[in-house]
Amino acid sequence: MSGIVSIRNLRKSYGTFEALKGIDLDIAEGEVVCVVGPSGSGKSTLIRCINRLEDFARESTITVDGIPVQPGPALAKVRAEVGMVFQSFNLFPHLTVRRNVMLAPMRVRGTSTAEAADRADVLLRRVGIYEQADKYPAFLSGGQQQRVAIARALAMEPRVMLFDEPTSALDPEMVGEVLDVMKQLAGTGVTMIVVTHEMGFARQVADRVLFMDGGEVIETGPPEQIFSNPTEARTQYFLSAVLNH
Amino acid sequence: MEIFDTFFNMEVLLRAFPMLMKGLWVMLQLGLVSIVAGLILGLGLALVRLYAPRPAQLMARVYIDVFRSLPLLVLLIIVYYALPFVGLRLSPFWSAMSALTLVSGAYTAEIYRAGIQAIPHGQFEASAALGLSYRHTMVDVILPQAVKIVIPPLTNNSINVIKDTALASVVAMPDLLKQATQAQALAANPSPLIGAAVIYVMFLWPAVAAVSRLERRFGAGER
Ligand SMILES: Nc1ncnc2c1ncn2[C@@H]1O[C@H](COP(=O)(O)OP(=O)(O)O)[C@@H](O)[C@H]1O
Ligand SMILES: [Mg+2]
Repeated sequence: MSGIVSIRNLRKSYGTFEALKGIDLDIAEGEVVCVVGPSGSGKSTLIRCINRLEDFARESTITVDGIPVQPGPALAKVRAEVGMVFQSFNLFPHLTVRRNVMLAPMRVRGTSTAEAADRADVLLRRVGIYEQADKYPAFLSGGQQQRVAIARALAMEPRVMLFDEPTSALDPEMVGEVLDVMKQLAGTGVTMIVVTHEMGFARQVADRVLFMDGGEVIETGPPEQIFSNPTEARTQYFLSAVLNH
Repeated sequence: MEIFDTFFNMEVLLRAFPMLMKGLWVMLQLGLVSIVAGLILGLGLALVRLYAPRPAQLMARVYIDVFRSLPLLVLLIIVYYALPFVGLRLSPFWSAMSALTLVSGAYTAEIYRAGIQAIPHGQFEASAALGLSYRHTMVDVILPQAVKIVIPPLTNNSINVIKDTALASVVAMPDLLKQATQAQALAANPSPLIGAAVIYVMFLWPAVAAVSRLERRFGAGER
């Protein structure tokens, strides 16, 4: 049985370098999956293939809610259903916080301005940024900007949310506020795929942890198992390096 | 004072005044039409140069490079004196307008391209991830940011177009310079030329000052 995200034999090369070496993965609706692994192991590449920010090999298939992730008109549907939060926020600097959240629903879904604004305000309250709605992103702290980025992605009412190291660019004192919003989101039933180095978050929130190395999924399982009883040597080595640094 | 009688002869200037005003009007018409057409042509060229299929990109690139290397005066003379040999006869106004636009388009294309390329890649990725179409990505996200970057160099280019309208006098266009030389011939006195120079400066100085102000403001960091 295949999940809301279904990945078969995912291969991706940069020139002769194989960044992903044939990954199979099914993610169930509502599941929270944390992807961990050393830098350069292909974590970003994996999740960027899911909304086709990266092209991948012809023999590979990814489907989201049954829709093949292929170039063409269906891709717009996939992207409307898949939200993404980047390490570097990527807010639109020329738009106010509220306008950042309103833009995609208005342009992609044809939502009216008034409705989009109402919806934006609801989401901004939810991530605790409502007071800053009329400011420009440059005037917000990193943690606030990342929370706006989450609200912006949620405005499209995605079935799946992708997070690529959402707290890695933040000052340590702001990591918590972003993780809190993500925890709360995990409770709402949205499917989440989170690349992260926050092992505490993974342990507490993930339904499943995926350990990647060298473009492959080395080990996958519930957080207790991966963190307490990893079976693969590479997983053990990585975790001891990360947890005891 | 002989110098004043020669170069700043009020009587001659007053008599030349209506001709100079006609010339000024022609300069403004020709300049504005060419600037607007060049801005549109340049935007199209820049988008083709950046995003069209390979062969079209290459053609845009060749166009841009050729028209940036070709002296405007040469192009103008080709349009006015050479094209009639293949049956294309343009009036002095349209000849000058075409030449100014073709060259200005090449320069503005490079200005837009630099502006678009200055936008971080993450802006395109965030737009794509939200499901925005190519058109909405450009119109709502990329171009509004690029405009801030390109306004000072585009204003500079527009100043150059206005100055270059003076070249239209070689195809018998009654522009400001042409009117001034005719008035000079009539009066046997060069004061109208000085009058024309003063008019050019009066119109372009504020624009030049505005560019400096904009450059300082946008350069100040806030994006
Ligand atoms: N645009 C690119 N060109 C060439 N190699 C790349 C590119 N993007 C990523 N890679 C390589 O692919 C591998 C996986 O990268 P990435 O998915 O970003 O790793 P991670 O997110 O796990 O740190 C790395 O070795 C990286 O150097
Ligand atoms: Mg990464």
